[in-house]
Amino acid sequence: MELALSKEDRAFAEQMREFFTTEIPAGIRERLGRGEHATKEEFVTSQRIMNAHGLAVPHWPREWGGQDWTPLQRHLWAQEMTLAHVPPPLVFNTAMVGPVIATFGSQQLKERFLPKTANLDIWWSQGFSEPNAGSDLASLKTSAVRDGEHYVVNGQKTWTTLAQYGDWIFCLVRTDPQAQQQRGISFLLIDMTSPGVTVRPIHLIDGGYEVNEVFFDNVRVPVDQLVGEENKGWTYAKFLLGNERTSNAGVGVIKNRIARIKRLAGPLLDDPLLRARLTRLEVETIALEMSVLRVLAREASLPAGMPDPVSSVLKLKGSELQQDASELLVDVLGPAGLAYRESAEVPDGFAALPEGAVDALPTYFNWRKASIYAGSNEVQRQIIAKAILKF
Amino acid sequence: MDLELSDEQKLLADTVNGLLEKRYDPNARLALVQSPDGWSRDLWRQYAELGLLGLTFDEQYGGAGMGVDELAVVMECFGRALVLEPYLATVVLGGALVAAAGSPEQKSAVLPGVAAGETLLAFGYIEPGSRWSLQDIACSATPAGDGWTVSGEKIAVVGGNCADQVIVTARTPDGQLGLFLVEATAEGVRRDAYAMQDGQRGADILFSGAPAVELGGADNALETVRSVLDVAIAALCAEAVGAMDRMLWLTVDYLKTRVQFGQPIAVFQALQHRAADMYVSLEQARSMALLARLALRADDAAERRTLVRAAKLQIDMSARHVGQEAVQLHGGIGMTMEYPVGHYLKRATVIGKTVADADRLTELVGAAGGLVPPG
Repeated sequence: MELALSKEDRAFAEQMREFFTTEIPAGIRERLGRGEHATKEEFVTSQRIMNAHGLAVPHWPREWGGQDWTPLQRHLWAQEMTLAHVPPPLVFNTAMVGPVIATFGSQQLKERFLPKTANLDIWWSQGFSEPNAGSDLASLKTSAVRDGEHYVVNGQKTWTTLAQYGDWIFCLVRTDPQAQQQRGISFLLIDMTSPGVTVRPIHLIDGGYEVNEVFFDNVRVPVDQLVGEENKGWTYAKFLLGNERTSNAGVGVIKNRIARIKRLAGPLLDDPLLRARLTRLEVETIALEMSVLRVLAREASLPAGMPDPVSSVLKLKGSELQQDASELLVDVLGPAGLAYRESAEVPDGFAALPEGAVDALPTYFNWRKASIYAGSNEVQRQIIAKAILKF
Repeated sequence: MDLELSDEQKLLADTVNGLLEKRYDPNARLALVQSPDGWSRDLWRQYAELGLLGLTFDEQYGGAGMGVDELAVVMECFGRALVLEPYLATVVLGGALVAAAGSPEQKSAVLPGVAAGETLLAFGYIEPGSRWSLQDIACSATPAGDGWTVSGEKIAVVGGNCADQVIVTARTPDGQLGLFLVEATAEGVRRDAYAMQDGQRGADILFSGAPAVELGGADNALETVRSVLDVAIAALCAEAVGAMDRMLWLTVDYLKTRVQFGQPIAVFQALQHRAADMYVSLEQARSMALLARLALRADDAAERRTLVRAAKLQIDMSARHVGQEAVQLHGGIGMTMEYPVGHYLKRATVIGKTVADADRLTELVGAAGGLVPPG
């Protein structure tokens, strides 16, 4: 929403747009714009180009490649990247483990991991959720028992996104089974090639494969791969999860979906029912964008990591609107989207498929996850209720 | 980004809130609703003393020369207190029309009296069959001597019951839309005055050859009306946000104090989550009320109008949700005339049917191509 931006901020957004649309290969961006997924190689290519220009980890400390940007500039960077259909820097690396190591890790850990993390030389996975520790994350059971200069890790993580590509995994593990739930947890870095680590795919309802179970069977982890202090892991995890108040809104994703619906809908745009639904979705999306800008405008006056119920508003509303947009594309495709296909290719003589026929319904099914992950929407409602009712 | 209030704007809000907190407790308000005038002339004088009645007029006409941001600050305070005085009618609509379309002589004749609290205005632009159309009107204006006469009926004229002068839209013999100023006590003016559903007062007004003067030389009266309504929409958005904010906090307080099954009902998750959803709706509305103000700075009239309409659409959707839930979460007490929350629902509902409603706004924003370009 340009009206709400200063001239300088508009110029900054323009500069970002210029970078993303000229430096990131058009082939990658066009494929993503058609609803296809980035491959591992495309993620790596994109992040390394950004890193070479100092644009992969702008929110890190300056000495490790960060930029002295305002929260609004970081938002514009992310938004322009999304609008240009650029594969983003791997969130596990740049938004999660990187800032934790940079803030709480030893100098030795920083030197060992941060440059490779920024450049995606290491692909990190996130080992937080467990079969019996979802919304109630602090009830996690994976144990790490000290044995000389090693921890011995046993247990299971789940919903581990893209662990099939993972080189390393950062895990919350229980180091003190006697302590109260949150207090006995530590933050451990584990080489996924270690003996005893097993990754098993979980197949999702969309037919895709993006999440895994990760099993740890007597995995020996050197103690110097502990981040910060033993039993302080919960604090680091909360820091990690509260790092970006506005990133879960996904305004760029929603705008891309709306833009694509408008490109693909053709004469359906004149259908009053469809247009009314689309218009209301657009209005709510711009309202969400303004909410993001309002949060960013006062971000400077809030201490970092301080909980703010508005972050929950952004996640709750953003995920719903992302889902609504995915559903509208399904409605635009109608019967043309019903066949489950791996690609848009059809045999000779058959009519070409409309764009979206391959991905509309899978994306709709897949995106039901958005109101479940990153704190389910029910958890977000609970956070808001707690803040306003003060109980 | 100037997305937050300036110190001067905060001071204005504090001043207005301070006055209203003293004068607008629910009982005092209910007594006003039931009084013959339906609002307080004493408070009106105090608004004049604070400079609120000429807030956006030029200083040479007795105004304070402020902008829509300050107007929105005042309207949000008014929404929170559920103010009954005819501010929208007199200042936001009537005064703004005179300021936008009047000749220098007309402005000098009307605006200082408005700013001083001596003159009340109203704007009649809706007719029995016109629904949301500004142009589908039957009211006619006929040249007569130096001036004009106006004939036809205007309905749902907020503040029309007490206005000294009424501004009306009417078709001139060449088929153009014109803006005319009519003395409310003139011969040929009959008013059917009533309380509106939200307790504010209004009237249907029948003009039968009533003497009128044309406002300015208005070559483009339609565009003038639309521009004034753009500002009025931004003002209504702010008022609705004030009302919604109050409804949310009334509800929160109620959930924390109402005891059933031996505990405050705030402990029930079914209610907690609904209160959280009200908060989400309010935040979305607040964001769009802000956008409406920013949009008024846009140079391009079409862009400005689409954004302002989009803002009201969000506000209307949010206000419907927040209003209905506020009453529901209060239970029976929310249904009573005695308790304030239902009055907020009524005001929010009337705002939802003022200038344009959610369906009409959806149609207009959609027809303008929406807010996100195809890509």
